[in-house]
Amino acid sequence: MNALSRRRFLKISTASVLGAGVAGRAAGLCSGLRDPLDPRVRTVPTFCDVCFWKCGAIASVRGGRLWKIEGNPDDPLCRGRLCPRGTGGIGAHSDPDRLRTPLIRTHERGEEKWQEISWEEALDYVATRMQKIAAQHGPESMALFAHGIGGTFLKHTFRAFGSPNIAAPSFAQCRGPRETGFELTFGEGVGSPERTDIANTDCLVLIGSHLGENMHNTQVQEFAEAIGRGASIIVVDPRFSVAASKAKHYLPIRPGTDLALLLAWMKVIVDEKLYDADYVAEHGFGFESFAAALQDCTPEWAYPETGIEPELIRATAREMARHKPATLVHPGRHVNWYGDDAQRSRAIALLNGLLGSWGRKGGFYVPASIDVPSYPYPDYPEPKRGRLDNPERKFPFAGEAITTGIREATLSGQPYPIKGWMVYATNLLHALPDQAATLRAIQQLDLLVVVDVVPSEIAGWADVVLPESVYLERFDELNPEYFRQPFLALRQPVVAPPHDQKPNWWIARQLAARLGLGAWFPWQDIEEYLAHRVRAAGLSYEELKEKGVLLGAPQPLYFEDGAPAEFPTPSGKIEFYSTQLERAGFDPVPRYTPPEPGPPAAFRLLFGRAPMHSFSRTHSNRLLSDLMDENCVWVNHRVASRLGLRTGDMVRLRNQDGVLGNRVKVNATRRIRPDCVYLVHGFGHTARGLRHALGKGASDAELITRYTTDPLMGGTGMNVNFVTIETKD
Amino acid sequence: MARYVMAIDTRRCVGCMDCVVACKTENDVPEGFNRDWITETVRGEFPSLGLEIRSERCNHCAHPPCVDCCPTGASHVHERGGVVLVEGDKCIGCKACIAACPYDARYVHPDGHVDKCTFCIHRVEQGLLPACVSVCPTRCMHFGDAEDPHSDVSRLLATRPHHTILPEAGTEPRVHYLT
Amino acid sequence: MDEHVIHRHNHGIDPVLDAWGWEIPVYLFLGGLVAGLMVIAGMRLLLARPRVRQPMVCWTAGPWIALALLSVGMLALFLDLSHKACVWRLYLTFQVTSPMSWGAWILLAVYPALAANALLHLPVALPALTSRFPVLRRVSDRLLARPRVVLAIALANIVLGVGLGVYTGLLLGTLGARPLWASAVLGPLFLFSGLSTAAALLHAILVLSSPAGERPAFADFLIARLTRWPQATPPAGEETGFAQAPDPARLCSRSPLQPRALRVESEAPELLQADNSFLTVEAALLGTFLLGHTTASAVHRQAADLLLTGPYAAVFWVFVVGLGLLLPLTLQHFELQHRIRHTLAPSLLVLLGGLVLRFVFVQAGQASHWAATALH
Repeated sequence: MNALSRRRFLKISTASVLGAGVAGRAAGLCSGLRDPLDPRVRTVPTFCDVCFWKCGAIASVRGGRLWKIEGNPDDPLCRGRLCPRGTGGIGAHSDPDRLRTPLIRTHERGEEKWQEISWEEALDYVATRMQKIAAQHGPESMALFAHGIGGTFLKHTFRAFGSPNIAAPSFAQCRGPRETGFELTFGEGVGSPERTDIANTDCLVLIGSHLGENMHNTQVQEFAEAIGRGASIIVVDPRFSVAASKAKHYLPIRPGTDLALLLAWMKVIVDEKLYDADYVAEHGFGFESFAAALQDCTPEWAYPETGIEPELIRATAREMARHKPATLVHPGRHVNWYGDDAQRSRAIALLNGLLGSWGRKGGFYVPASIDVPSYPYPDYPEPKRGRLDNPERKFPFAGEAITTGIREATLSGQPYPIKGWMVYATNLLHALPDQAATLRAIQQLDLLVVVDVVPSEIAGWADVVLPESVYLERFDELNPEYFRQPFLALRQPVVAPPHDQKPNWWIARQLAARLGLGAWFPWQDIEEYLAHRVRAAGLSYEELKEKGVLLGAPQPLYFEDGAPAEFPTPSGKIEFYSTQLERAGFDPVPRYTPPEPGPPAAFRLLFGRAPMHSFSRTHSNRLLSDLMDENCVWVNHRVASRLGLRTGDMVRLRNQDGVLGNRVKVNATRRIRPDCVYLVHGFGHTARGLRHALGKGASDAELITRYTTDPLMGGTGMNVNFVTIETKD
Repeated sequence: MARYVMAIDTRRCVGCMDCVVACKTENDVPEGFNRDWITETVRGEFPSLGLEIRSERCNHCAHPPCVDCCPTGASHVHERGGVVLVEGDKCIGCKACIAACPYDARYVHPDGHVDKCTFCIHRVEQGLLPACVSVCPTRCMHFGDAEDPHSDVSRLLATRPHHTILPEAGTEPRVHYLT
Repeated sequence: MDEHVIHRHNHGIDPVLDAWGWEIPVYLFLGGLVAGLMVIAGMRLLLARPRVRQPMVCWTAGPWIALALLSVGMLALFLDLSHKACVWRLYLTFQVTSPMSWGAWILLAVYPALAANALLHLPVALPALTSRFPVLRRVSDRLLARPRVVLAIALANIVLGVGLGVYTGLLLGTLGARPLWASAVLGPLFLFSGLSTAAALLHAILVLSSPAGERPAFADFLIARLTRWPQATPPAGEETGFAQAPDPARLCSRSPLQPRALRVESEAPELLQADNSFLTVEAALLGTFLLGHTTASAVHRQAADLLLTGPYAAVFWVFVVGLGLLLPLTLQHFELQHRIRHTLAPSLLVLLGGLVLRFVFVQAGQASHWAATALH
């Protein structure tokens, strides 16, 4: 029923696999290699898990103690250099706040009172409850929220169990609208890692994307290279981000009006015939209708909306066009802002289409991956009832499951009840908007199991908490990455877990055994599974263990070099005019709607990332919290002075629904518009087990009580909350 | 004689603090202390702003006041590259060097002695780059011998505008910031 | 003004340098005081060249008090060290550019110089001790009989005293990284402050040891509290020994050779006169220091503003300038003109002013910086 074509990336066979680039290291033991410079040191190649980028890394153990971790020079993602989170990732191993042993709830949910139990007891309990839920409501009534590659085996168990309800906040709370917008236009999404060719771009346009603070390793490395090259950088952001400070043009846009700017840019490019006419003629569909739809979208029209001077709009549009097709209008990653996000992302896709940058050098390359056959498991049982996150395809262009849809179904019991959640490595209370709704949904459950490494807020509400070993202590699923250069990476343990933590594969397998699903785990040990898959791909598992990463042969990256110029849209072309949107009752060409204004004297709450933290999951890591242990609320310095506030003063934010945030320091700064305030996401922890992070800074999540749902794909636009600043306690 | 210097490209630096955490793990810097750190300077008025981000550390000054004031010789200039070091076993913890440093680059280690950036001389002597330089994802940091006209740093300092921090303090800092 | 953010949080460094707490100001104060005592005693020795012992308080009580205070100061210095186990490293080397190293060696030499001076007048200061250990008296007599030795002791006390006093100032003055301290005037300033506090201390001892009827009521009260004597008469009996007589008032009051009235009348005005001279020079040096700073770079002007108008201004103007310099100058002037009685007040004020001066300079100096940085 999905009107969109699935992402269709190039997979290469192992016939074209190369050896790893650097052959220097001697054959090693499975316990790692001796460092030639220091015999006390052994090194183990693995890949990082502090975020989803999955950079190849080499960990060093000195005198039996995990000492440091560095980028694997062979790894195309990190090119030998990790980001601060990766470098500080070893702090996850030594984090004194981490979960140590399975826990079972002894008091009311959320009271965080536990009894320590054995793995046997914990898994027996979970399996019994899951079977009871399956018996009463069907296996579909168990839902899994899982983030990251570590969720693979639990997803496998759930599918074998018969539940199709598996979702991650990375879609409806993060990059979903972008995938939808690009799929509607080019037939393919941007993917992760993004297929952005920042390395070769001559003009980089960032719209709300704060690369540098948002530490996606490869992108930041290429961004720095672009700066070094003197590429023209245009940044659109209500806040003078780090990226803005590198820009030739900084556009301090009024929040919520990006689509108006995008339309005005396209209008200028179309009117002045600055677009890549050959590319549009060859690959475009519906250009005339598209151009006609832009009729009123002049820079003068956009000016009062965006606050950006018409001449600056024209100048930046011409700047982009001057460098085409090596102009990259970056699609961003976390793009759930205002509820019009899929259409805004589509406008970004269209602008790239006009500039001819899709499939072109300096725009978007065509990624490829090594074809690693999946393990020969039995087929999964066909669920009796389908996914319930998106009933009757209310959101027709949702390409993945919608977390908030599962939450709604849990609350309503419709179309069928959800009675159990398993949550793997995602702190739903910080990730989903409207915490109160999440908590209400939890109270509908017969079972909430949280598998995590730290006692997060969501773990505090669990019936059973299962402590996972951190990535430095476990094997994990292989990563045959879709990237500029295809490669295969292995995560392997560097040190033993310090307590009774277990790897996710073990948990999934043990649970499956108790659920009578042993047939889906025919392998005894994870290495048996990994070696089987690697060998099935025609590669050497031993070599992969030694090197951590095996490279595939480079593939053509651009249309001009022979990469297939295929657009799996209904028209087979770049859809400047979308008939499928039209058929579904949406604007075939994006149309701007002004954002809802907030209450008078209130500031729009914006949030973003800091380079040393991932989500809300790294704040008890002592190495990373030492870099930043609390956030502060950015307030325009003139506003602050009007309110009698100075940098360092403690305030609280109160949102439009009366929710009062935690105490937080003021950052009175020139680097933000006067009509909004900004918080770095992930702080303001309330879970008592996160002793180190507890109460430090303010949580944007608790202030995001409202959200606007994207009608195309069900994403939750979260930049629609307004706050006032309270100076008294 | 080698003269080790750093040239840090503020145009590329995004202030991610990878240099800081790499130093912490490489050198076992105790929690709550920094041998290197990030400084931001904002100039201008919104939206016409300038932001300079600098990765700062001991400047390994040509005229190190910290060495001059040390009563025991614990603070000294290493024979290799003019790197300013502290010998923990000789340090009595009088903190004169801390007060003498205009960059506040030193601190008292929880073990009692004064501690600071070493330019990772233990790595440099093995032919490696300092940890902060080797880890930097933006490749904004350059380390080398300013006496060698062919070195990366010499070339950059010869061709790019650059400044040091508080040159007016008169210490001739050797960490240069390319602008 | 630019917006500065420093992402650094080193304990003792950020947000404002806090390397030195109470120990260093106390040490600098006591060091200066001892330096003053040495110079005063040495100068008198140099000028008087006594062939017979005279019960001058700067010779009798002075060296003993100096030894005691110096030891307290050294203890404070030691307490400040964060790596105490390595303190012996100070004496394995001499670092010519380090005032701290100079100080360490000066302190080592100060002890014998003070001890020699103490020994010279030991039979006057502690007659009971010398009568119990006649060898001390013989050594003392032998020293006194040799004018060159007396001269050497005088010069040693003067030179080392000046060295010690100047060093306490230069210890800060050479730390150019803290703009407030960046002035060589701190050397003589701290020396003269030391001299004024030393003169004040000696004067206070004289006042405390004057006959009961001539003492101010506060002195009686103080003596009573310190010694728990019901009345301020020296005790009958012959309890002796240094350990039992730590109180300088008692030390002096028991000296049989001291005609008390004479002492107060001759030595006290001299001390007051000297003290007023020292205070005047100190005030002039302080003025010079501030003039230098306010007319130097913006950085130095900002540093001086910490004292003149900034967070330390109240303490500086009230305690250092007002109560520590101007008021005692005035009081002592009137005392010298016999318009008011000799009291403890000016001495105590000078001592207080000297102590606060060290605290203010150490604290404000640490707060002064080359970079006017808004810390985050």
